[in-house]
Amino acid sequence: MNNALSFAECSARERIAALFDAGSFHEWLPPSARVMSPHLAQLGVPSAFDDGVAVGRARLGGQPVFVAAQEGEFMGGGVGEVHGAKLVGLFQRALRDRPSAVVLLAESGGVRLHEANAGLIAVSEVMRALLDVRNAGIPVIVLIGGRNGCFGGMGIVARCADHLVISDTGRLAMSGPEVIEASHGVEEFDARDRALVWRTTGGKHRYLLGDADQIVADEVPAFREAALRALGASRPLTLADLQAEHRLLAQRLAAGAGADDAVELWQQLGITNAQQVPDLNAAQVHELRQPAAATS
Amino acid sequence: MNMSAELESLTFEFPGTQVVAGFAPVLVGVVGSGNLEVLLEAGAGASCRFDVQTSARGFGTIWAAVCRDFHLRHPLAGVRVSIHDMGATPAVVSLRLAQAAAEIAA
Amino acid sequence: MIWSEVVRQLFGEVAHVSADGDFLSGSAVLDGQTVTVVGTTQHAPIGYALALRQAAVVLDTVARHPGRPILLLIDTQGQQLRRHDELLGINRAMAHLGCCIDLARRQGHRVIGLVYDQALSGGFITSGLIADACYALPDAEIRVMRIPAMARVTKLPEARLAALSLTNPVFAPGVENYVRMGGVRGLWGTADQPDLAAGLRAALADASTADQRAADGRARGGRLLAADVVQQVLAAA
Repeated sequence: MNNALSFAECSARERIAALFDAGSFHEWLPPSARVMSPHLAQLGVPSAFDDGVAVGRARLGGQPVFVAAQEGEFMGGGVGEVHGAKLVGLFQRALRDRPSAVVLLAESGGVRLHEANAGLIAVSEVMRALLDVRNAGIPVIVLIGGRNGCFGGMGIVARCADHLVISDTGRLAMSGPEVIEASHGVEEFDARDRALVWRTTGGKHRYLLGDADQIVADEVPAFREAALRALGASRPLTLADLQAEHRLLAQRLAAGAGADDAVELWQQLGITNAQQVPDLNAAQVHELRQPAAATS
Repeated sequence: MNMSAELESLTFEFPGTQVVAGFAPVLVGVVGSGNLEVLLEAGAGASCRFDVQTSARGFGTIWAAVCRDFHLRHPLAGVRVSIHDMGATPAVVSLRLAQAAAEIAA
Repeated sequence: MIWSEVVRQLFGEVAHVSADGDFLSGSAVLDGQTVTVVGTTQHAPIGYALALRQAAVVLDTVARHPGRPILLLIDTQGQQLRRHDELLGINRAMAHLGCCIDLARRQGHRVIGLVYDQALSGGFITSGLIADACYALPDAEIRVMRIPAMARVTKLPEARLAALSLTNPVFAPGVENYVRMGGVRGLWGTADQPDLAAGLRAALADASTADQRAADGRARGGRLLAADVVQQVLAAA
């Protein structure tokens, strides 16, 4: 019986405490500093002392890293003005201090709607700051495994990182199924069909497609091991990289044109018994992926 | 429960006897539906002061009772307890307060 | 203003920009310098395919025209809300577009965004908002989400959100608001400054490449905390 700590069930702070070298996390702008949202009180919504994200430095396998962990339970992990600025500050500081990596534990619905415009600008500032760090040769490693998944603008930000790790139960996409259903009806996307939601946005699909570099079980030690493996994975973007990425994405568009479900895409990838994929565990799914599907 | 768009702020203060020597601020819990976060810090003066911000209005007497019960068990002095609440039950509030107290005692 | 009129006011009668459905692309000349023009029209929903089409133009410019500026013309209703796009990984296609624009900037191409009609959220984050600077026409609107959907997700009443949209900078969709918050550098085609070409000329001449939006937000009073919080993280012990 596996009793490893579930990543999904931990709070952001519990994940930090359990994933990085014991006792190594030093927080910047901690809760007692009370750097909070200026926009929530007017809506009758309580603020969080850390505005839903803890940032700081830590060690991973003895290596100095910068860390950010989004708290999915607070406002769905949505990015507001202060939350976003903490992330931008972390990335800008990484440019100056050059840690071995920046590790982002992403759990977010994207822009915090309660802060609307401020949140939208904040997410784009985070994206730019992340790319500055990546292209300075400091790997940005994103870990996705929270219950709320990684959606919206953060789903885009995550794909700007050097390296992405997702659990088999994690989710990575752009629009949430509920939003799609509300827009185009239940025939378009039945948000209550959990199996469909996970086939479409879940970690197994994202990994098999090549949108995630590693797939792990929902266990904090597994995420730690994956992050350790990713420490050297700096991949600054060149024109050649993006041209290769473009070819990959264009090919995927063509090949997937008629596909209505993930199972068809998995079959196209040469996976036999594709219908069984949802029943497999992370290690088994890892075995299935062919090198051709790897990210460029 | 609450249709108003204002947060309710509540403050309670109790004279304490149990001084805790120099502890780092402790945060327990998360602000989410039915949940709360509690920040325990060294405070000015000799009392234990509770500052509550809650989206669930109209439960002042219950908050007073919960804080008083907690302080009877942990008569902390020179401590500030700051709470952001989103509709937690008294049982959950008591649990978080107890968790916070345990962390500074450790 | 329709896209062809925007192009005419920016570049005069001789411009080689065309629409293929929702997709705009081509080039035009300003002060003897050729500018790549790419973007969308008809309040396009940006799906996987349309993100890729725009990225292709950006990559082509980087590959074949060193130093050529790029103008992004933005009119979008946001990301395409279809299961098929999610299945294929629309977030990755969007990120790709953003990374292509970011690469262009890094390689010395000036990238300027212009919201000439509307811009919503996902259709905007990886285009205008990742440019060197984003501008807008005075009547343009920028939103995160339409009010009915926002009410559903936030559980805030529609009437409340509608009222906030009139008075509160965080919710109001008018572009003056985005200027104040630093998200938009400035407006072209105002009463004070009616000449769009002058706006583009000034934007292209500005060589700054750092992200100054938080500083602008603080200086203009629309977003008071972001820049300071960034500084606090940089300075923290």
